[in-house]
Amino acid sequence: MTKELGLKDMLGLERLSPAQIEAILDKAASFKESPPSDLLAGRTVAFLFSEPSTRTRSSFEMAAKRLGAEVLSFSAAGSSLAKGETILDTMRNLQAVGVTHFVVRHERSGVLEDLAPAVKACVVNAGDGWHEHPTQALLDVMTLRERWGGFKGRRVVVLGDIRHSRVARSNLFALKKLGAKVVFCGPTALVPDAFRDLGATVEHDLEKALKGADAVNVLRLQLERMEQGFVSSLSDYALAYQLTTERADLMKPDALVLHPGPMNRGVEISSEAADGPRSVILEQVANGVFVRMAVLALCEEARA
Amino acid sequence: MTGRILITDGLVIDPARKVEAVRDVLIVGGKIKEVAAGLSKKKAVLGTTTIDAKGLWVVPGLVDMHVHLREPGREGDETIATGTMAAARGGVTAVLAMANTEPVTDNPSQLAFLRAKAETDALVTVLFAGAVSVGQKGERLTEFAQLRAAGASALSDDGRPVMNAGLLRRALEYAKDLGLLVIDHCEDLTLSAGGCMNEGAESLRKGVQGAPWAAETVQVVRDIALSELTGARVHLAHLSAAASVEAVRAAKKRGVPVTAEACPHHFALTDAMLPGYDGNWKMNPPLRLEADRQALLEGLTDGTLDVIATDHAPHGCGAKASGLDRAPSGVIGLETSLAVVLTELFHKKILTRRQVVERMSAAPAALLGLQDRGTLAPGARADLALVDPDAVWTPQAPYLSLSRNTPFSSRRLKGRVVKTLSAGRVVHAL
Repeated sequence: MTKELGLKDMLGLERLSPAQIEAILDKAASFKESPPSDLLAGRTVAFLFSEPSTRTRSSFEMAAKRLGAEVLSFSAAGSSLAKGETILDTMRNLQAVGVTHFVVRHERSGVLEDLAPAVKACVVNAGDGWHEHPTQALLDVMTLRERWGGFKGRRVVVLGDIRHSRVARSNLFALKKLGAKVVFCGPTALVPDAFRDLGATVEHDLEKALKGADAVNVLRLQLERMEQGFVSSLSDYALAYQLTTERADLMKPDALVLHPGPMNRGVEISSEAADGPRSVILEQVANGVFVRMAVLALCEEARA
Repeated sequence: MTGRILITDGLVIDPARKVEAVRDVLIVGGKIKEVAAGLSKKKAVLGTTTIDAKGLWVVPGLVDMHVHLREPGREGDETIATGTMAAARGGVTAVLAMANTEPVTDNPSQLAFLRAKAETDALVTVLFAGAVSVGQKGERLTEFAQLRAAGASALSDDGRPVMNAGLLRRALEYAKDLGLLVIDHCEDLTLSAGGCMNEGAESLRKGVQGAPWAAETVQVVRDIALSELTGARVHLAHLSAAASVEAVRAAKKRGVPVTAEACPHHFALTDAMLPGYDGNWKMNPPLRLEADRQALLEGLTDGTLDVIATDHAPHGCGAKASGLDRAPSGVIGLETSLAVVLTELFHKKILTRRQVVERMSAAPAALLGLQDRGTLAPGARADLALVDPDAVWTPQAPYLSLSRNTPFSSRRLKGRVVKTLSAGRVVHAL
């Protein structure tokens, strides 16, 4: 499995092969079945987050601790993390202190591309700008795989602000590689048709998109999109694109509802749909820990 | 040095005089004296420096009507001295320096100061554009008559568009009265919205803000309408989009006095080639699609695009290393422009060698009203370049430019400037 992955860093899913993604999912499943020993004993995981995060960060921390690693918290607020060139200095310093893994979240797309090769430690992307959020997509597909076994013939709708979503991109790359069909749905301003060139089906009519689908992954609508003119109001967006139970029922009878959180109840998703029988939102969160354990462990194998 | 020079046996290409034949060129006192066959026997009198140009092209020095020399204000990125050294190496003997300096060149005293500076520092001729609007803010016109009196060769807010159509209309009218050319950077800022590459599949893939082609074309169409309205000439800088080329083509057919330029990076590269998030591939307008690139090639072939210019825009390594989204826009090009043109246009049979010289020397000289440039006619300034069209080389930093922000580093190019003369003085020799 080491050879199959062979990645010191986890920067994104676009560059991974289907076999590599399967290997991570298999590892995560095995960790879920039987808790591993202290695979990361004596290692130190540092968190560099320039954006706020509750669930991703706590999920990674839990994963690191379950593998026996030390966790070094690094406060990004008001720190030198604001500038691209100083992140490298920060990382080199922390590496000298003994950090072996960096979990990085940054508001700028692609910021890790040049950083990862410049340090010996593993670099795990916990979300870079609008670009990728690989572990989020991995936990999404892990959740689906548990229910479905495989992805052949499956159709997954990703609904919402695709343009600004790293979760959507990573989901597209992972689901396509695993054999599923991906439908991006939302208003044109947030779901440009050019996403078709990346392999997605683009559909601006939510009812059409949902009809016969196997799952819908609902993305959070950032409130600032209103000020930026991408949507005229939250209620106008909700009228056309909110996932309600009625709309969810257009999917297959056993179809699933996912949400990467945090939710704006009553905006992109109704409370009934979020808490209804189709919802696997809390399974996603639970699987997040195992996926992140798998990623940290596999990167460590490649680094060591 | 500037005495008597005889360049022998070169293939002289002078589109202005429809000459394309092996000739000798005699230079006396910094001017072209005579271009004819067999001069070496008669004219190589004592004291004549002879340059053997056998196998080389001998062309009028290139005129690059779109460069940024960063002086005053950003002398760490480029100066008049280093920018003109880079020009000389690329066979460029006259450049038009844009006005987006710090402070902006929007007043006669700064213009006079810069001309005096160029007098002492410049290796080749530097012409200066004055700003269209005060501080390039797009609010109030600069004093065109005073700028002309101080030696402005054109007017441009380049680096920024003139967003206010009413202001541009008045600018075109005043410039017309004074015989000055207005050069416009076409970009609707509400559409480009801070995009750092072309809007499309590639910007979506990378997850960065894109600028759509329409941001350019909207203003191209507007400028054409204003040129038609006022009867004033307007020159459209660095066109990148297929629809812009088409709009200019249609306007020219109607007789609108519009001219346009293309830059080597736009017709040699596309957005899909942009590696990772490399700021050295960022410029404004951005690299676009293959279909746009093809449209530029067609525009160059049929003359819709009159001029090839570099938009030489030096930026320091630190700024350019700050990522695609934050890096400043612009690439250097003076040292590689002819080589890229020969590689991509001449060797691929898009343009003939005569057309290459036309687009890079004769046409821009004519647009700027430079009567003794862009040709090797007797009496013209002895600005010329000797070119080996088949020499293969690979540009690499460091360059003569103070900056090194170019996507052409490490690319194999075919065609190289061997020697450059400015007013009969050798300013570059391999």
